[in-house]
Amino acid sequence: MIVSNMEIIPGKRVKDHFGLVQGSTVRTKHVGRDLMASFKNIFGGELLGYTELLHEAREEAVNRMKQQAEAVGANAVLNVRFSTSSVAQGAAELFAYGTAVVLE
Amino acid sequence: MYDLIVLASLLALGYFFGQYFEKKHYKSIIKREAKYRNVVVIASRIPPASEKPDASILVTGSVVISVDYFKRFLASLRTLVGGRVVSYESLLDRARREAILRMKQKARSLGADKVFNLKLETASISKNARGGVGSIEVLAYGTALVPIKR
Repeated sequence: MIVSNMEIIPGKRVKDHFGLVQGSTVRTKHVGRDLMASFKNIFGGELLGYTELLHEAREEAVNRMKQQAEAVGANAVLNVRFSTSSVAQGAAELFAYGTAVVLE
Repeated sequence: MYDLIVLASLLALGYFFGQYFEKKHYKSIIKREAKYRNVVVIASRIPPASEKPDASILVTGSVVISVDYFKRFLASLRTLVGGRVVSYESLLDRARREAILRMKQKARSLGADKVFNLKLETASISKNARGGVGSIEVLAYGTALVPIKR
């Protein structure tokens, strides 16, 4: 499964389009991480716990998108975009979407 | 009176640690930027037709950075008179450069030397109680072209 955020794959031709596929997940951090984050809010600097959390969550969203693409019989997802929104206090939604296609 | 003491000590802590961490971070950013200079990141949507058929792989890099107490205080003062909020500018600059660097690192570890269609996304993920900016997340992503060995 090729995942790319370009509209084409160099050297390959798109044979078939399947339309939009998407994957999303909503995550929240646990209290310990939140406590560390509030310290960091005083000192400044990177919030490693959050970076990790969001990275994992995004990977999960991409995996779900890939699963959806596989289910419709595609072998690549093009033009992938990410979007993040905070849905509630301390919870964030990670969303990935793209176009499922069949490449030659 | 106690409130004032707490505020003053928080400001002092934020000022000294914040500056220390920012300097350290900038130093490491500049060092790593020099190291990954040969990974070319291009924001154009489609690679030139002369490009050989490479494997395309999505690469991402993200970072969550928080501003310190002193800078947040300065920024809240700034809202009274309006104008440039320098303290947040450096925060965003650091976050973007760090995110791009992490993306480059990922691309390099895959053996790529070019990343096309760079997109940057900024989100303020943790709104604190007073709804300030607090911490931001920057995500950089693009398509790494990995030369296929024949």
